[in-house]
Amino acid sequence: MSSLRRFWLIVLLFLITLFLNLPSEFTLFKKTFHRPPIDLRLGSSRFQRDLKLKKGLDLQGGAHLVLEADMQNIQSSDRLDALESAQQVISRRVDLYGVTESVIQTAIFQDSYRLIVELPGLEGIDKAIELIGQTAQLDFRHDTAPDAGQVDYASPSAFLRTFSFTSTGLTGKDLKKASVDFSQSGQTTGQPVVALEFTPEGSQKFADITQKNLSRPVAIFLDDQLITAPIVNEPITSGQAVISGGFTSEAATQLTIQLNAGALPVPIKIIEQKNISATLGADSVIKSIKAGLIGLTLVMLFMLLYYGKNGLIANIALFIYGLITLSVYKLIPITLTLPGIAGFILSVGMAVDSNILIFERLKEELRADRPFSIALELGFGRAWDSIKDANVATIITALVLINPLNWNFLNTSGMVRGFALTLFIGVIISLFTGVFVTRTLMRFFLLRRHQS
Amino acid sequence: MINFMKYKRLYFLISLLFLLPSAYFLSRFGLKPSLDFTGGALLELHVEPTHVQDITPAHITEIARQVVKLNSVQQTDTNTFLIRAQEFDQEHNQILQKELKTFIGDPTEIHFATIGPTLGKELIRKTLTGIILAAGFILLYVSFRFKDKKYGVCAILAMLHDSLILLGVFSFLGQYRGIEVDALFVTALLTILSFSVHDTIVVYDRIRESLKQHPQLSFTSIVNQAVTQTLGRSVNNSLTIIFMLLSLYLLGGTTIKWFIFALLIGTISGTYSSTFTAAPLLVLWENLKARKTKPNP
Repeated sequence: MSSLRRFWLIVLLFLITLFLNLPSEFTLFKKTFHRPPIDLRLGSSRFQRDLKLKKGLDLQGGAHLVLEADMQNIQSSDRLDALESAQQVISRRVDLYGVTESVIQTAIFQDSYRLIVELPGLEGIDKAIELIGQTAQLDFRHDTAPDAGQVDYASPSAFLRTFSFTSTGLTGKDLKKASVDFSQSGQTTGQPVVALEFTPEGSQKFADITQKNLSRPVAIFLDDQLITAPIVNEPITSGQAVISGGFTSEAATQLTIQLNAGALPVPIKIIEQKNISATLGADSVIKSIKAGLIGLTLVMLFMLLYYGKNGLIANIALFIYGLITLSVYKLIPITLTLPGIAGFILSVGMAVDSNILIFERLKEELRADRPFSIALELGFGRAWDSIKDANVATIITALVLINPLNWNFLNTSGMVRGFALTLFIGVIISLFTGVFVTRTLMRFFLLRRHQS
Repeated sequence: MINFMKYKRLYFLISLLFLLPSAYFLSRFGLKPSLDFTGGALLELHVEPTHVQDITPAHITEIARQVVKLNSVQQTDTNTFLIRAQEFDQEHNQILQKELKTFIGDPTEIHFATIGPTLGKELIRKTLTGIILAAGFILLYVSFRFKDKKYGVCAILAMLHDSLILLGVFSFLGQYRGIEVDALFVTALLTILSFSVHDTIVVYDRIRESLKQHPQLSFTSIVNQAVTQTLGRSVNNSLTIIFMLLSLYLLGGTTIKWFIFALLIGTISGTYSSTFTAAPLLVLWENLKARKTKPNP
């Protein structure tokens, strides 16, 4: 590739990354422009990005939970399946509750089966957390006490005897849909109730049960707790039932969400919880970004004052570095956390390092009275060895921290990974901008002048 | 060329001036582990007074200890308090806030974290594994690239030098300022490990290159030459990183303040150690080897 072609390649890259980093709406020359999101289709695969920086929990507030599944009643060969289905159930519940962009991951450490749940935003977090832990095993039971046949359930004395409820085989699995409704009859008119609609098979079961238990109670249990036990007046064949348990409308909504999302296959316990308020996050972001910009200005000023023209080129390369890095964050996309910002800032320092190494080498070669064009190539060639070795050491550490193979003997904390990931991306891109971009720009701008 | 290596005893002495107190503090007081390592609960609340005039930590203590197993209450700002206790759940958090509302004032939750005790132990184990693994890989890489184990060993020694100083500083801060060591500190430590080696490799690289170019020169003068040539770069590079870190430390958010401070200490120590520890160690190594192989007069 000729030097000129490389130069135009960099200009093209600059324009693309500049486009990717434009705000979605901006005003220029009194005209408002909109930057469209990316939506590419190639055959059956689709690439879609809204090009917004994804902010982590510490930046936008939210809750971070680590849940542990109690696997003692599950065979060891089925545990992974149970964990995954628990993950799906919780994910459905959270979605139905309206928390967007939640992240739910599974993690296994020795004998501990865990789910890591991240809920961004703070609206209704308490309720959402309550919702996550509920098992939601719905079970229809009937009275099988020895005297069940002779009792007149309508008389008040019937409630003084002991009930013996056993499962009828009709459970939450036979549900088609649950929804919040309002009671139409009796004293409870206007109160929220939960309306159930069974699958065809469930409807059949329900019809049989109501048939067999005429004038007797059918109890509805949730997580082994009796919710209500209405007495059957006539067989119900429509496949519809109503749970009226003196719900508040909030409780009715929560119950429907749990029923619709399905029951958790295993009991779950919260072993870690971190709530972060959004204001704390916003404050830190603004401060850190401001601090980063000031630091960056100082670095650029230093490069300009100390290295003159070369420094200016290094600063241009640094600017391109910033654009490419942010574009990569948006394209992958990377969830930016506070340690992540720190990783980015640190990688800026490392990006500048490549240039400093090169310029110091260049100075030495010039001092040895070599012509500029040769000194330039020698400087780059000799600095490359150091740059390569030094950056490999950083890449090794970053990889150990990122733990890409998800080894469970290494750290899996999101914070540490966020930092390492931005550092890793930063180092890789800095190798490109610090060497390729700087060299091309120097050849283009400085070499020509020296030759002419 | 400056005869840097003539003063190698002085460099080792300066290092010792930092290493010995660090080792002392670390062995005497250890580090102050945060919630991440010990497990427990931490709740930061801003309480707007409605029932009393001024809220004191004593007010909070009085109420909190009836709800949770309280460890301490600390005032961090006007009407803002940090409550530390043994692990408690969201339900108790809500009960506590309700009680506060009834008797003192309106609480706003700033931060709540609760971590089970097993997770803390797990983090310690994972951290140690991470450090050993990273150090091991770097040692392998350096030994492979320089085809001589003395480079790998000396680079690791310089790395340990920086880690020990960083740990010592935080042991001191933990004892006298109550600064805790958390998961982010571990990240800082690992970053410093790699930065230290990064900087050392640049010097070693120069030594390797000079050895090829001037095989007739003594090892000491080769090292002198390499240090002279790389010192400017080393200082300039560190300055740019220090600019970034210093502005983050002074102006950045409070949550990353001590993380940045750890990086700052590590950068300064790492810059010093690559030139004034890693390079003289090589010379010392060579001298000792020469003395061993030379027959006694």
